[in-house]
Amino acid sequence: MAELDRNPRLRDPDALFVRLVRAHLDLSPEQSRRLDAALVLLLADQLADSELLDRAIEAARSAVIARTEAA
Amino acid sequence: MPATYTNPRFGFRPPPELATGEGRTRVAIVGAGVVGLTAALDLARHGIRSILLDDDDTVSFGSRAICWSKRTLEIYDRLGLGQRLLDKGVTWKIGKVYFKDQLAYTFDLLPEPGHRMPAFVNLQQYYLEEWLVEACEASGLVELRWKNRVEDVGSRPDGVFLRVSTPAGDYRLEADWLLACDGARSTVRERLGLPFEGQVFRDRFLIADVVIDGFAMPAERRFWFDPPFHPGQSVLLHKQPDSMWRIDFQLGAEADPEAEKEPERVRSRIRAMLGADVPFALEWVSIYTFRCRRLERFRHDRVLFLGDSAHQVSPFGARGGNGGVQDADNLGWKLAAVLEGRAPEALLDSYDAERVPAADENILHSTRATDFITPRTEAARAYRDAVLLLARDHAFARAMVNAGRLSTPHTYRDSPLSTPDDADWGGGPGPGAPAVDAPLGEEGFLLDRLRNGPTLLVFGPTAPAVPGVRIVRLPADGLAAERWHARSGTTYLLRPDQHVAARFREPDPARIAAALTRLWGRDEPFARRAA
Repeated sequence: MAELDRNPRLRDPDALFVRLVRAHLDLSPEQSRRLDAALVLLLADQLADSELLDRAIEAARSAVIARTEAA
Repeated sequence: MPATYTNPRFGFRPPPELATGEGRTRVAIVGAGVVGLTAALDLARHGIRSILLDDDDTVSFGSRAICWSKRTLEIYDRLGLGQRLLDKGVTWKIGKVYFKDQLAYTFDLLPEPGHRMPAFVNLQQYYLEEWLVEACEASGLVELRWKNRVEDVGSRPDGVFLRVSTPAGDYRLEADWLLACDGARSTVRERLGLPFEGQVFRDRFLIADVVIDGFAMPAERRFWFDPPFHPGQSVLLHKQPDSMWRIDFQLGAEADPEAEKEPERVRSRIRAMLGADVPFALEWVSIYTFRCRRLERFRHDRVLFLGDSAHQVSPFGARGGNGGVQDADNLGWKLAAVLEGRAPEALLDSYDAERVPAADENILHSTRATDFITPRTEAARAYRDAVLLLARDHAFARAMVNAGRLSTPHTYRDSPLSTPDDADWGGGPGPGAPAVDAPLGEEGFLLDRLRNGPTLLVFGPTAPAVPGVRIVRLPADGLAAERWHARSGTTYLLRPDQHVAARFREPDPARIAAALTRLWGRDEPFARRAA
């Protein structure tokens, strides 16, 4: 079964974070939501691995739900 | 009052049973809608008599099902109505999907020529039903009983009884077999207490038939997501014969159905869409919601459920009417064979084994389309909109645009009647798949040559001698051979409903005979499975 690689893979994580945030700067909340969706769809198509995508969805959900419940 | 069509009224004739209070028949069919009429006609083509009961005395009111798929057209061609559908109906194959005021995606449902039937023909259900009534009467084998309402149903392992009421009194009818084609609110299903469960969709839709003379719009299916003339919702447009257009407006979950049916309100929606300067006449309006659900099994002893009484889908994808017609196509030859003693009763379990997965496929596609068309969360809407925005430049997103995955025939992949391939064929229709059409020059089309019995399709000069099957020879080269992935000696055994039962690279009579035995449900493994 495919597993997420838990070792950091990005060469410049700070720069990526800024790029993602900047991409939303001039957008309405609705556009912003669509942008994220479009980005996920494009990246999912590039990844083209439905098992790995399932692991990513699970990891994202558990991060979000765990943090929300703890807060 | 409809201007383009007047419903015929079929006369009530007091049935002979009224004299004695009871009678019997081998086959009773409940519901003279498109599915019941098709089942009766198919049985008649196989030489089987039936009594068809309907509580009304006319065909469908309003256009209802309008999109008839290629496979359905091929079935009607086998039954003798294909040309009439082509002549009267509107042929189309191009679909366009718009997001807001932009074209997001165009598709072509039948990109290759050389098929007798097109991808789709649009035709109001009432025309088809009227022609089916004529054909049933002309067959001399269908006794149509209008104004005969089934009040009660009782089922035993060896037969069914019906209590029927008419304007002239009641009677009891015993039937060896009952075909329940009485729609989504099936009386038969209800009287037998069979659960009919599934997913409920809350969105309301407005459906309108509109006559627009000289409307310069091509014969295409057009679907709008969130268009400027109907913001936040979807709209579907289809062309029908008689300058009639079908418009389907999504109204959302909060819409008031009574207010929405007001003609002036409907007219203003249509004016917003067409523009104030396009004159039109409103012919028929209906408001609907829907569910996707099915019976657990379609055969219950001697009762067989077909069409909406067995399974119900959302209308996006034209899977309701077409699915029901394909149920009838699947059942007719089997029931005929059982009644004539050519096959064991267990053959009818294959109706269930084949049509339940077909219904599930239709329900899956129709549920997914509905989820795409009516997003229920903010996130669902964002993903939906993102797909539509990406579609123009990204092929992967076009594949996700789901404005209804249009009806395609089901392949009976795991059917007990199919003989699995013994080698990797690399192409051509496999076991359970419907026959693929091809032009045969002056001889017309390949499908013309497959009639109501089992057929051995042999490519090349030699043909094996196998009793009980008709042989059709085709050249081992050319388009037909290409589409069937055939070379000299390639042999296909086709079922009476034109699906593939088995195929062989070398036509060995013993193996063909074994496949034929399996097709009729006469082989031992089948009898064991059925038990």
